[in-house]
Amino acid sequence: MPDAGVLRVTCTLNGRRSVLEGHPMARLLDALRSSGLTGAKEGCGEGECGACGVLLDGTLVNSCLTPLAHAEGASITTIEGVATDQMLHEVQEAFLEYGGAQCGICTPGMVMAAVELLSRTAEPTEEDVRVALAGNLCRCTGYMRIFESVLEAAKRR
Amino acid sequence: METPQIGRSVRRKEGRAKVTGQALYVDDAAPAGILHGVTVRSPIARGRITGITFDPAIPWDEYVVVTAADIPGTNRVKLIADDQPYLATDVVNHPEEPVVLIAHADRARADEARRRVTIEIDPLPPVLSIDDALAGREIIWGTDNVFKRYAVVKGDVDKALAEAPIVVEGEYETGAQEQLYIEPNGMLAVADREHGITVWGSMQCPYYIHNALAELFALPTERIRVVQMETGGGFGGKEEYPSVIAGHAALLAWKAKRPVKMIYGRSEDMAATTKRHPARTKHRTAVSRDGRLLAMDIDFTIDGGAYCTLSPVVLSRGTIHAAGPYSCPNVRVQGRAVATNVPPHGAFRGFGAPQSIFALERHMDRVAAAVGLTPEQFRRRNFIQPGDTLAVGQTISEPVNMPALLDRALSVSDYHAKRERFARENGGRAIKKGIGLAAFMHGAGFTGSGEVHLQSIVGVEGTAGGWVRVLAASTEIGQGTNTIFSQIAAEALGIDCADVEVVQPDTSVVPNSGPTVASRTCMVVGKLVESAALGVKHALIDAGYLPAVYTRSEFQSACTRYVAAFGSLRGTSQYQPPPGLRWDDDKYVGDAYGTYGWAVYVAEVSVDMTTWETRVDDFVAVQEVGKVINPTLAAGQIEGGVAQGIGWALYEDVVWREGRMANAQMTNYIMPTSMDLPPISVYFEEVPYRYGPAGAKGIGELPMDGPAPAIFNAVANATGIDVRRLPLTPERLMSLMEPAGA
Repeated sequence: MPDAGVLRVTCTLNGRRSVLEGHPMARLLDALRSSGLTGAKEGCGEGECGACGVLLDGTLVNSCLTPLAHAEGASITTIEGVATDQMLHEVQEAFLEYGGAQCGICTPGMVMAAVELLSRTAEPTEEDVRVALAGNLCRCTGYMRIFESVLEAAKRR
Repeated sequence: METPQIGRSVRRKEGRAKVTGQALYVDDAAPAGILHGVTVRSPIARGRITGITFDPAIPWDEYVVVTAADIPGTNRVKLIADDQPYLATDVVNHPEEPVVLIAHADRARADEARRRVTIEIDPLPPVLSIDDALAGREIIWGTDNVFKRYAVVKGDVDKALAEAPIVVEGEYETGAQEQLYIEPNGMLAVADREHGITVWGSMQCPYYIHNALAELFALPTERIRVVQMETGGGFGGKEEYPSVIAGHAALLAWKAKRPVKMIYGRSEDMAATTKRHPARTKHRTAVSRDGRLLAMDIDFTIDGGAYCTLSPVVLSRGTIHAAGPYSCPNVRVQGRAVATNVPPHGAFRGFGAPQSIFALERHMDRVAAAVGLTPEQFRRRNFIQPGDTLAVGQTISEPVNMPALLDRALSVSDYHAKRERFARENGGRAIKKGIGLAAFMHGAGFTGSGEVHLQSIVGVEGTAGGWVRVLAASTEIGQGTNTIFSQIAAEALGIDCADVEVVQPDTSVVPNSGPTVASRTCMVVGKLVESAALGVKHALIDAGYLPAVYTRSEFQSACTRYVAAFGSLRGTSQYQPPPGLRWDDDKYVGDAYGTYGWAVYVAEVSVDMTTWETRVDDFVAVQEVGKVINPTLAAGQIEGGVAQGIGWALYEDVVWREGRMANAQMTNYIMPTSMDLPPISVYFEEVPYRYGPAGAKGIGELPMDGPAPAIFNAVANATGIDVRRLPLTPERLMSLMEPAGA
């Protein structure tokens, strides 16, 4: 297999100007994880589970289906960028209080999906929450406590 | 003394790390110089290996390659029968059986090389179903393809059946189910002759791996160290199989003299690792005209796959639970686990009980109908009472009250009104509604003498800094081990659970508190945490450092003084069975479990008579699991288990093709999403169990047992169709309603 070189992508990563590197065919997920941001998880590699979810210019994407090249010039928020200065986001606080996280592997993606929902819908209904999280699989909770967490987080914003 | 620690929804101990993405799972670790390991597997179900060809286009000197010839010790995974090789040698017995291991610094190159290895195999006829296995045309295990048989007998079933006025028969089937933890299996290993072997990974049972690696490498156990990383779900799927992956990663690391990480891709994990045992259950039930059970004759068969692994104990639990929470003078349960040429089936939440309970609870509705009683009337007439004896010979000594659980479930689900309304409104509608229930129990802890054999140990330490550490091999896999252990220890010590740390399971640090399975972590291991913590408290009081009544700061300074004076402060507790518990392994009779959780679940469904889709509209779960330690975590366990039960009942269909999973992707193996689940209402009746920590029993597996039969009974109620095979996909429901050629 010939060495195809390295792709360098300049982007804003969790508010800081950064360079991500990878194979020219690399997925955004791989570049993020090899840069040390391991919060986004690979649960399936085919865009079904949502554990790799990040915000790309404010939109929720599965980073396992996003080419690294697509991140050029973009603003990316990962789970590591959700809390600020030791202050958890309302969604994170609510997940802790209402039992929204169990094993935690889907949690980064769930939190990102919930943060994205609340960024565009101030007062979501349970149906809104169900639809917003439909691309994020959780095998532990049966979702009930995740819905509650997101609805409570919305009330606190 | 602090406020009570039990019964409070304190926050998950490791929750902050999880919601911020800081929690470290095995794939998040990337030590310098790491190699990535991959596995070359059998493409077919059964055959003789005649050769292995390595494509000369690959520069193999850049790779580390391991075959069975490289194994220093025993090429058998240590478990029960020790029949499963780590790497196949002369024969393969199932698709995806591991044959060769490859490692390379570049994962993509390792994957490419994997595809360039050809296992040459002379095919043999495979055994691919329970019927094939029992027919015995091909013998693939022992003399008769049967891993294990159990018979539980009470009274004279044949006589009662012969004399009974009414006998109802039925056959029920359940399919395989993938655990589908969202974190695939993975291990990281460092191994060399000088330092021995260290493995970090995703697992439920560190000491299973510890013992397995000692045999694989023929090393003393003190040269083996196993460390659990944060684990992204288990549900049984990370009970026994991680021993195989840990062994593979360690074999590669041993040969490479470099760290090796082996992370399964999703498809590989689904196709190659264990799933819930498919099962077939036959019932013959004798009943009096007034609806009293006279005899239950139950034949329970599970498909174990190609190797024995845990099938005998899965069979055992399924057999004991097969007759359910009913009083019946004559019961016979015959259980058998058979061998087939599919990947070995293994532990999955419920461990055989969901299969046999599904059959029983669907059958009970049919028996009720045969005697003209409603499902609830019939069950009420036959529920087990304190003082009754189960088929296995266990006399129920606890204050079980199934009628009260039933009353509450019927009331909170508005069962009677809905059943009446649906019957009135369904006629002519394209979407028919129904409501159904299931009543069941689940034994907590290991079956029979299992806990006595395990001899689990827990340590609790008071530190110089005045806080407390819990040392146990029981793993946090999302179910809340860290949090409830903190609460139990804090309650025993009269301190706050924030002052308790649960140490990361590492076999070089923690004692063997047994595997994290069988709904035993809270009840059995939690009890050891409680008594070890009390040992610490009494040591402080006996040494004169702590008054009988004390504050948090008095406790802390007492720890500090004790450690300064004696060097360390540690309480240790080892399992002792509750008094009077007896079990005979040979006769297979006695007290099968220390106690049971008891439950009644109600499902409300809609069935679309055009698309044949079934949807669960509402779900009520009422249970008695002793004292609830943490209401939020406990309800989360029930809701998650119910969700898995709904998936198993309606959506999760493992499609087999020549012994291989044909739909090993999340895209086409369908688990419930946020759009698919109904509101799940959870109710606890709290009856403290005398021998559990603060009165708690086991909880984790119970919610897997009830949803499927409750849903099937609801579908039968909605449609009048006698559904008996799970999962109830639209295709299957259609084939029942629109037979081919009709």
